[in-house]
Formats: sequence, C-alpha cells, structure tokens
Amino acid sequence: MPCRFDKEIGMEGRSNGLIEKGRGGEQRRAVLYQLLLVAVVSLLAWVLVRNTLDNLHARHIATGFDFLGREASFGISEHLIDYAPTDSYFRAFLVGLLNTIAVALLGIALATPLGVVVGVARLSANRLVSGCAGFYVELVRSLPLLLQLFFWYQLITESLPGPRQAIDLFHLLFISNRGLKLPAPLGTADLTGMLLIVTLAVIASVLLAVWARRRREETGRPFPTFFAVTLLILGLPLLGYGVCGLRLSFEIPVLQGFNFSGGATVTPEFAALLMGLVIYTAAFIAEIVRAGIVAVPPGQIEAALSLGLSRFLTLRLVLLPQSLRVIVPPLTSQYLNLTKNSTLAVAIGYPDLVSVANTAINQTGQAVEGVVIIMLVYLLVSLALSAAMNRYNQHITLPGRGR
Amino acid sequence: MPAPPKAIGLNQGWLNWGRHLFASPGHALLSLLILGGLAKIVPSLIEWGLVKAVWSGGPADCRAAGGACWAFVGEKFRLILFGIYPHDQQWRPSLAIVLFLAMLLVSANPKFWRRWLFWMWASGLVVSALLMWGGIAGLPFVADDRWGGLPLTLILSTAGIVLSFPLALLLALGRRSSLPALRSLSIAYIEFWRGVPLVSVLFMASVMFPLFLPEGISIDKLLRAQLGIILFTAAYLAENVRGGLQAIPVGQSDAADALGLGYWQKMRLVILPQALRLVIPPLVGQFITTFKDTSLVVVIGLYDLLSSTKMALSDPQWRAFYVEGYLVAAAIYFLFTHLMSRYSRYLERRLASSGGSV
Repeated sequence: MPCRFDKEIGMEGRSNGLIEKGRGGEQRRAVLYQLLLVAVVSLLAWVLVRNTLDNLHARHIATGFDFLGREASFGISEHLIDYAPTDSYFRAFLVGLLNTIAVALLGIALATPLGVVVGVARLSANRLVSGCAGFYVELVRSLPLLLQLFFWYQLITESLPGPRQAIDLFHLLFISNRGLKLPAPLGTADLTGMLLIVTLAVIASVLLAVWARRRREETGRPFPTFFAVTLLILGLPLLGYGVCGLRLSFEIPVLQGFNFSGGATVTPEFAALLMGLVIYTAAFIAEIVRAGIVAVPPGQIEAALSLGLSRFLTLRLVLLPQSLRVIVPPLTSQYLNLTKNSTLAVAIGYPDLVSVANTAINQTGQAVEGVVIIMLVYLLVSLALSAAMNRYNQHITLPGRGR
Repeated sequence: MPAPPKAIGLNQGWLNWGRHLFASPGHALLSLLILGGLAKIVPSLIEWGLVKAVWSGGPADCRAAGGACWAFVGEKFRLILFGIYPHDQQWRPSLAIVLFLAMLLVSANPKFWRRWLFWMWASGLVVSALLMWGGIAGLPFVADDRWGGLPLTLILSTAGIVLSFPLALLLALGRRSSLPALRSLSIAYIEFWRGVPLVSVLFMASVMFPLFLPEGISIDKLLRAQLGIILFTAAYLAENVRGGLQAIPVGQSDAADALGLGYWQKMRLVILPQALRLVIPPLVGQFITTFKDTSLVVVIGLYDLLSSTKMALSDPQWRAFYVEGYLVAAAIYFLFTHLMSRYSRYLERRLASSGGSV
C-alpha cells in the first residue's frame, strides 16, 4: 500500500501531473476497495443475523436476555455465594463466573512460584537438578492439558482411598476420593475482627513499602522493609489474639457413616482442575523465567558481586529488575492462557462459567445469548488482565525506552 | 530464542560426577534428595511396568498380578487408535496416518520449502478425507461420525493449520495495511478470536453455526468443529505471519516500489517469499499447539485420540487401568509434539546462525 516511499515521491513530484493523477486514482481505488469490503462484511453479517432470527423463530425460541430472570432449576455442585435451583439464571451465571475467577486466581497464585522455582532450577549448576526440571518442563508441555486433567481426575477419584480409609493428616486434613476435607473457620464476630486486622496489616504494609521506597530514592537511606512487613503481618493478628482476646473457632470434619460432615471441602473436580492448570502453566512460566534470567548478561552479576553486594541483593537489585522486563509480557499471556484454559473444567465437571452456560443453553435453547455471554466475559477478563499487567509492565520498564 | 545456556564451571565437574554433585553442602543435599527419590521411584516403576506387568489376558489376570496391565492396551489398541471406524476398513485410517507422516517428513526438509508444499498439504488432506469417507473407487462409505482416534486428531489439526493459512495471510496483510477499514476489521477479528477460549469456540460451532445457515441446510458436527478450529487458528497464525512480515527490511518494499511493482506483485514476488520462510518455525509451534488443542473436541462429542482413549476406559471391566490407557495416548501425543518441538528448535538455531536465511 502507499508506503513512505510513495509519500516522498508525492511531495517531490507535486508539480508532476502524472504522479498526482496516479496517486489520486490510487486513493480513489483505496476508498472504493474499503467501501466494498465493508459492504461485503456487513452483507455477510446481515445474512447470518437474518438466518439466525429465522431459525430461532421457526424453533419458537424468543430472543433476548429475558431468560436470565427466569428460574434456573438446576443444581450447581460448587458455589461461593448462596445458590439454589430456585434462583435465577442470572445468579447461576454469576456462580459460574465466580468459580472461574476462583480457580483462575488461585491457579495464577500457585503456578507463578512453581514456575519460578522450576525455571531457576533449570539453570542450576547441579546437573541432577537442571535435568529433573528439564524433564518436567518437556514432558508437561508436550502433552495436551485435557489429557493431564483427565489423568489427575481419575487419579483422585479412582486411586485415592474412600472416606473411611481417608489419608489422615493430624486429624485435621482428610484426603479421600471425595476430595480434600479441611477445617473451616466458623463465621463468628471474632473471625470478622481477625479478617479486619489482617486487612489493616496488609494495607499498612503496602503504605510502609511505598514510603520506604520513596525515602530510599530521595535520601538513599535503606529501610528494612521485608523485616517490618513480616512483623506487621504476623504481629498484628498475634496482638489481636493476645491483647483483644480474639479467638478463632474451626469446625473440624468428622467421619460420619460413609462420608465426612462438617469442615470445608475441596472437591475432586476443583482439585484436579487446579492441579492440572498449575502444573501445566508452571512449565510454560519456567521457560519464560529461564529465558528472562539468561537475557541478563553475566557481566552484570559479576559486577554486582564485585561491588560487594550480597547474593540476595544482587538478585533483588540487579538480576530481577532486568529479567522482569523480559519476563512480564509473555507472563501476561500465560496468565491469560490459564484463565482461558480453565474452561476445560467442563470436561471434568467443575461448574465454571462455560459449564453453567452450557447447561443453560441446553435447557432454554438460548444458544446465541449463552455464547454471547461467555465470549463477552472472557473478552472482558482478557482485557482487564492485560490492562493490569500492562500497567505493571510500564512500572518496571526503563523510563525513556520506548516499548 | 537463545540456545540453552551452559552452566558455569561445568566442564571439570562433568568429568567427575562425585565432585560435581557434591560441590557444596547445599548441592550435596539436593543431589542426595534427588538420588534418593530416583532410587525409590525407578525400581518400583520397573517392577510395575515390566516385572509384574501382564502382557496378555483379561482384567482378572491384571488385578491378580498387580503390575501394569498392558493386556488392556492389546485389547483396546484399535479402539484407541481408530475410534469406532469399521473394523474391516481400518486399513484406510492406517493409510491416512502413513500419508500424514510422509507429508511431515517431506516438509521437514528446508529444500522443499516451495510454493507446492502448501498444495501438497491441501491435496494430501483431500486424499485422506476421501480415503476416510470412501464412497468412491469401490470403497464403502463411512460417515464421519464414525471417524476417530489418531487420524481424526491429525486431520483436525492439519486442516486447522493448512486451511486457516490463506485466511491468516490475508488477516496479517490486512493488519499491516494502510487502509483504515481493512486494518480495523483485521485487528477486530484477530483480537476477538485470541481473546476467547477454544472451548467456547467449539460450543459456538456446535450450537450457533446451525442457526447461521438458512433453513433446511445443515453441516455435520465434524465439519462444524473443523470450521471453528480454522477460524480460531487463523487469528493466531495471522500474528505469526505478521511477525514474519515485520522482519523483512523496509528497503525490500521500497525497492519493489521503485521497480514499479503493484501491491500484489510486490507481495507475491518480493515480500512473501522471504517472509513465509521466516514463518515456518513459529508455524511448527502453532501446529504443536493445535495438535494438542484438538483434544478439546471431546466437549462436543467427537472421538479424537484422547476421547477414544476415554471411551476405551469407559468399559467397566478395564476402568481401573486408566494409567496404562492414558500412558499410551500420552506416548502418541508426546512422540508427535516432542519431535516437532525439537525440530522447531533446530530450525530456530539454524535460522539464528545463518543470519536469517533458512
């Protein structure tokens, strides 16, 4: 298309009528082509919409999102908010969305540290360590995620013992083919108080870290941020326990008959999905981390060490800031992949958004609306996550180096 | 991608394992932990997989032996590999697999990276589809809802790449075009499909495509899934092609303009022949991804390699031997993806060392 070269000719040859005419013709053609393209695309869209409306009419399916207010009348095995089959489709979708968000956030939180450890292990001078890490990465990346999910799910439901022979950890945690049972905090006023204190400690830590960083940048005086934050986050709740007498009470699962009662449950579906997503994504993150570390020239580390920085400070002040710049953009797409891959939940029966939408589509026939909801939600989640990661990326990019 | 780094100070250590693995207390501890773990796992794996394994017999023999039940694989191998394709006609999917392997081998040689490569794949696909369907040349017709196993996986993923390629090419050119309408339509298409998960695309293909068509016309499940995979893959492939286009120096385009070539002449004769060679390594990567991703068709009820393995395991008698079943499926997937990813890494190294020309 008219590239830089055309423009230069256009400017130099302004008096040259031939070129002027040629350019004008080209521009007219360009406009014509685009109008034609828009017309074809619109026509295609119109035909598709027309056919869809005709088909829906023929099948007596009302279009529109009115069905969201109707009673869903199907059960959802896992819900973070209260849900009953008598609730509306809207609430069912919300339950599915929250389940998706829960598994995606937890997956990201677990896959990142695992990936970092494996990525660093691949670079270990110890051949055994790097060999094991390499084996893990190669194996996991070569197999379809769905195959891994099926395997984990079968492993949990077929090979773990039944509730009566459950693996018992300290009489608090019980692992069986019905999932993981663990103590659940009882919703008392003390629990609310404790949560409030923890929230306060986190906010105070963030403020403190920001202040310490600013002071270091202005005056050069260091502040033991890590130590202070640990003290805050551990100390404040302990104070709440000791001084204010806040006591948390837990409900411990007990075996009754053929199953456990009480306590909280991590279902086999959730556990298999989370395990599969974390193990799969961590292998990809490991490769990204490895590439990020390799991208920092070894001279940088040698220089930092010869300046007398400790190994930890070298890592924190020299290696990490430089490798993060390489790591963050591909890491973002891995986070997005994990979120999108969580839709495989439908294949092992974890009620995520797609699985709920699928049930709703089968019940109501509102295929278009269901698919539109799924796609819109994933587009929004993708955009939100990449916007957040882009902000973080700008934050760690060297100022003045356009990217 | 840079070549895998060589760890520092390894050369002497490599010759002397003892000194290498126990270089410092930390390393010694790690090495001991790993060696201890291996010493525990490897013998029990050998015992399970070889010593106590059952190579033929029924489920009862397997349960008695307590080792790996390879008898299951012997019993269900055809089901895993070919799905429910008619038993006496299974030489046809076997031949299709051979055809695909041959095409992969031919494509692996950079000497053959010419225009006809695309047409070879396109015609190979047509031939294998005709072979599978039959109904001509005396072959009995086999409806595509009976296709399954490895041939289905190969057909879905190969057609996903080959047929989406022209669309991807147009989208990549469109995204780099100076015409605003064309550019924004291309960007919208690419970002939309890259933003949504494949599972939802497959659902859309299975429930919405029938609504798009005029009344009375319908396309079957396999073609709908295939169409969904093509539309989805095109967006990812377009970004790969765009990467190749961006790597071509502006001078090439300027030179073509100076010679008075029109847009399509310029693309066909100057830019694309150079750019598409650069696209081949990421194309292999995309093929690996698509090959793994076609396993998702299980959610709309097609019997690819993974689903037919699952079907074989749904036999209540053999259900307990899911490890063996998934191991076989995993081995087949691994063979394809691992070889291809090694090949793609070799290509990248070759590309890097030759300064851009393959």
